[in-house]
Amino acid sequence: MRLELEKRGEHSAMFSAISPIIAVAVTALLGALMFAALGKPPLQALYSYFIEPLTEVWSIHELLVKATPLILIALGLAFCFRSNNWNIGAEGQFIIGAMAGSIIPVMFPDLRGPWIVPAMMICGMIGGGLYAFIPAVLKARFNTNEILSSLMLVYVAELFLDWTIRGPWRDPDGFGFPQTQRFHADAILPEMFSASGRAHFGFVFAILATLVAWYVLSKTMKGFEIRVLGESARAGGFAGFNAKRMIIFAFVVSGALAGLAGISEVSGAIGQLRPSISPGYGFTAIIVAFLGRLNPAGIFAAGLVLALSYLGGEAAQISIGVSDKVASVFQGILLFTVLACDTLIRYRVRLRSSAPALAPESVAP
Amino acid sequence: MTTSLLEAREISKSFGDLVANDRIDLKIAPGEIHALLGENGAGKSTLVKVIYGSLRQDTGQLIWRGKPVEIGSPSAARRLGIGMVFQHFSLFEPLTVAENIALASDDAGSLREISKRTIELAEQYGLPVKPDALIGDLSVGERQRVEIIRCLLQQPDLIILDEPTSVLTPQEVERLFETLRKLRADGKSILYISHKLDEVRALCDRATVLRRGRVVGSCRPAEETASSLATMMVGETVEGVSRDENTLENHRGETQPLLRVDTLSRPGQSTFAVPLHRISLEVWPGEIVGIAGVAGNGQSELFEALSGEWRSANTDAVTISDQAVGHLGPSARRELGVAFAAEERIGHGAVPGMSLGDNVLLTRHRSDKSAYRGLLGAIRLTAIKRTLRRIVEEMDVRKSGENPNAATLSGGNLQKLIMGREFDRQPKLLIVNQPTWGVDVSAAARIRQGLIDLAASGSGVLVISQDLDELLSICTRVAVLNEGRLSGSLSGGDLNREAIGLLMGGVSAQAKPVVSHAA
Amino acid sequence: MTPEVIVSIIATVMTAATPLLIAATGELVVERAGVLNLGVEGMMVVGAVAGFAGAQLTGNAWGGVGLAIACGAAFSLLFGILALTLATNQVATGLSLTLLGLGVSGMVGEAFIGQPGVKMASVNIPGLSDLPIVGPLLFGQDPIFYISIALVVGVSWFLFKTRAGLQLRAIGNNHGSAHALGIRVITVRYLAVMFGGACAGLAGAQLSLVYTPQWTEDMTAGRGWIALALVVFASWRPGRVLIGAYLFGAVTIAQFHAQAFGVAIPSQLLSALPYVSTIVVLVLISANRRMTMQNTPAALGKTFVPDH
Repeated sequence: MRLELEKRGEHSAMFSAISPIIAVAVTALLGALMFAALGKPPLQALYSYFIEPLTEVWSIHELLVKATPLILIALGLAFCFRSNNWNIGAEGQFIIGAMAGSIIPVMFPDLRGPWIVPAMMICGMIGGGLYAFIPAVLKARFNTNEILSSLMLVYVAELFLDWTIRGPWRDPDGFGFPQTQRFHADAILPEMFSASGRAHFGFVFAILATLVAWYVLSKTMKGFEIRVLGESARAGGFAGFNAKRMIIFAFVVSGALAGLAGISEVSGAIGQLRPSISPGYGFTAIIVAFLGRLNPAGIFAAGLVLALSYLGGEAAQISIGVSDKVASVFQGILLFTVLACDTLIRYRVRLRSSAPALAPESVAP
Repeated sequence: MTTSLLEAREISKSFGDLVANDRIDLKIAPGEIHALLGENGAGKSTLVKVIYGSLRQDTGQLIWRGKPVEIGSPSAARRLGIGMVFQHFSLFEPLTVAENIALASDDAGSLREISKRTIELAEQYGLPVKPDALIGDLSVGERQRVEIIRCLLQQPDLIILDEPTSVLTPQEVERLFETLRKLRADGKSILYISHKLDEVRALCDRATVLRRGRVVGSCRPAEETASSLATMMVGETVEGVSRDENTLENHRGETQPLLRVDTLSRPGQSTFAVPLHRISLEVWPGEIVGIAGVAGNGQSELFEALSGEWRSANTDAVTISDQAVGHLGPSARRELGVAFAAEERIGHGAVPGMSLGDNVLLTRHRSDKSAYRGLLGAIRLTAIKRTLRRIVEEMDVRKSGENPNAATLSGGNLQKLIMGREFDRQPKLLIVNQPTWGVDVSAAARIRQGLIDLAASGSGVLVISQDLDELLSICTRVAVLNEGRLSGSLSGGDLNREAIGLLMGGVSAQAKPVVSHAA
Repeated sequence: MTPEVIVSIIATVMTAATPLLIAATGELVVERAGVLNLGVEGMMVVGAVAGFAGAQLTGNAWGGVGLAIACGAAFSLLFGILALTLATNQVATGLSLTLLGLGVSGMVGEAFIGQPGVKMASVNIPGLSDLPIVGPLLFGQDPIFYISIALVVGVSWFLFKTRAGLQLRAIGNNHGSAHALGIRVITVRYLAVMFGGACAGLAGAQLSLVYTPQWTEDMTAGRGWIALALVVFASWRPGRVLIGAYLFGAVTIAQFHAQAFGVAIPSQLLSALPYVSTIVVLVLISANRRMTMQNTPAALGKTFVPDH
């Protein structure tokens, strides 16, 4: 038997809609097999992984807290990936955004006022945007592979954060722990419904960003330009679009959103800078972007799904005693199945017996 | 009657809903040159790929020397004694001639042996090549020689040539025919695929004619006329283009050219790109200026320099309606009333994965900004769809659905859409590269008529094309691009096939400088 | 510095360079076939954990090496099925291989954290290893070092002296033409991808059996990505991969020694050095557009779907 692909002229609308759902279902199935292999009851494991976290109000708050950075970053990545710019350094832009946004509360801790939080958000976006500007300008100016350069900058950002909070920004009253002082209340992004849980206003940013991104990508000339350059750089050049300017634009938008995610996380969920402020949001957001088919509405939903995989990991660790590393395995499998299912959108897939009955005097190899 | 060398019986092959070959019968006798004649899309390439083993037929039987065979792969075909020279060469640019030949031979000896046999064959059939040259450095004609030698090294009994002359100058074509006749004299059979009727009549012993995937006739080409062959091939009488011979006279009063190119030079961007040397030309209102030449002599480079995809450091190198635009990009040039149509449809002139409406917007988002751009940068979809309907009607574009992806259109229909998109703007100047490349006869006629009508309305047209017949039928003046240099132009009585052929080979005839307006 | 110190520094450079060299050589073959597999980091970390586990299970470092190679190749097959058979986007598929590899290795390796590892013994080549200076450097190394050198020589010979190598390069240049000539594009690419996976697995095993004989999560620390950069740096030539890997080995080791010599630079800044120099090198190489265009396999990263 042989698998044959046949290109569709038109993308299959049906599979475009259901392929992410198939992917999630296949991943759940593989997950059940994995739990069974680990000697855990698969159904109970899946329940505690995917359902239990949704049964309590506080954990729905947690879901929104985790979904916020994923959605914000992935929206930015949609700008990049759609225009064929492979920014995979969002994790670094997240960190630098968080640090830039923390300049005010850490270096000027005595400042007070309602303007502080907005100023921090803006600083975070500028920081993330500038950090993304580096691989962008290297690609536009020197043709440097942006995948490698943006990724290398993740390691640099992590080390820079580490140095900063062990050195100049360390909390003088923190008993030597590598962390900054806790932010003053005026520098904390407020919670939305503080009576019931921790979800902060970063989620509102995620909603607003989703709406804006949807409008820009699907309704405007700019979105058209992004799509054209992503589909074919040559046709884009013929249309009069500037591919180099697009590299900078996509990266800076993406970096700014990652930076906003970073400072929202630090100011809203953590309250100070620590050596580790992200469980890999910048990378998980890549999965979110693909699961959402680079479409803002899809990304919003996919962000919630992937946030659930983090929560489920923690929940499953407690209730059935599997490692919380299962979460990243799940995420990896999910991206694989998403990509595999996307093949159904672009191709008709056929199974064929490998050779017809051979005629006499056959010279088939 | 002797047994056929190769016989195809009722070969059928479909791709999805498209039936490319429908119960095709074909017989090739030993020692004959057999033409496979048909329009683009008639199913010639599919049939040949089945014979060469790169495609497998759905039903039907191939018979080689009287015995049924199953040809599972190209190497199986080669082992039988079938060789193939491809239309789009299957050569590898960074590899040497000898390495390229080694890749296609299954019992290859060392590279040194291959080089030796290459040189022997080259002498025997008059196909000079150097075994250690890089393919990337060779001209198109030289590359074809490599393809032929590569095929001959296998000592095939049947040689398939797919549109071999589309990239050759008339003189090179004559040399190729000599080689092919020598091969026939040696007892080899040749399957010669073409849509050029004169060539088939001059060279081939017998012909099988395909139309829409079916055999519609077979004949002895020498006994037919070009028009009887054409009728067989197209199935209907195709009207030629008509033009008003007074167009030029009507616009004689103009005082400035629409386009002036002044000593435009462009360095080679990559190793295999052709640099342009001091190109000068003018296009005046009412004129259709043709640029002839074999592909790969700088046509794409010139087109990019004119469209603004490549910008010159010298602002004055390109002037449009008295405004120097050498430094401006495509959008700014379009705003001056120029329209461009690129050679490659897929991925240059159109984006296959986007809708036809989006493809209309592709080249008109700036020049027709007020029509298509609404509040907050929003795209006005209804206005675009209105334009699309107009183009579809005007150019008779056949499509499925209201606004399908460009990828779903056939080559001819997509080209009609692309040309219609530019005609619809009623540009002052239209610059087009290979307007009818790979397009069926009726679409080509419609496009050519569009060009003539545009010029008649007082616009200027610059046509870059390798199709001499096309240029001769529509142009008022023709110059030749050869190795990045533009010859002088021929017009009036000097404009004929032989004179252009000489210029294509680099021999200058009594051509005038292209800047001198035929006053 | 005494000669002994210099020799030991050079020896550590070589040990640091070997995993980069092996992984990059494997990826070079993959890319020469026109496939861009960004999953090197993932395959390498899977190799590292498999190497550690194999050595624990069998009590023998070679058991670890064998398991690492097998796991690396098997893991790369996932990439092959998606990118080659299902024609998915190679960049995204490679990334997902890396993410999955980091996840799987983290889960499998949890049990090994803190356990003492098995260190692979050095092999002294009788007679030669006693030579001054070059003896211990070239003839008193661990077996994987010898394998790495043999690998470079072998790959170079294969690519440029054999018919199969010629076919592989042709596929990487133009898969459509290669297919038309009857070369089995997908099959050759599968083999290349699995070779790359096996190499990445071996490189990972070197980390967990020779370089630091233990298991720590994400212990590859970006080396898979640096290996990818090395292939670009080397403009797809095996000999230049060797030079590049040793340069990077030297940079990695330089930071340790700078810290040891009490250079007053924050350790994090020194640790960032390999990553920053990777970027600098990439910029220098890619700025020469003409050269990159000439050397890059023309079909690199493009999906191929044969018509049937």
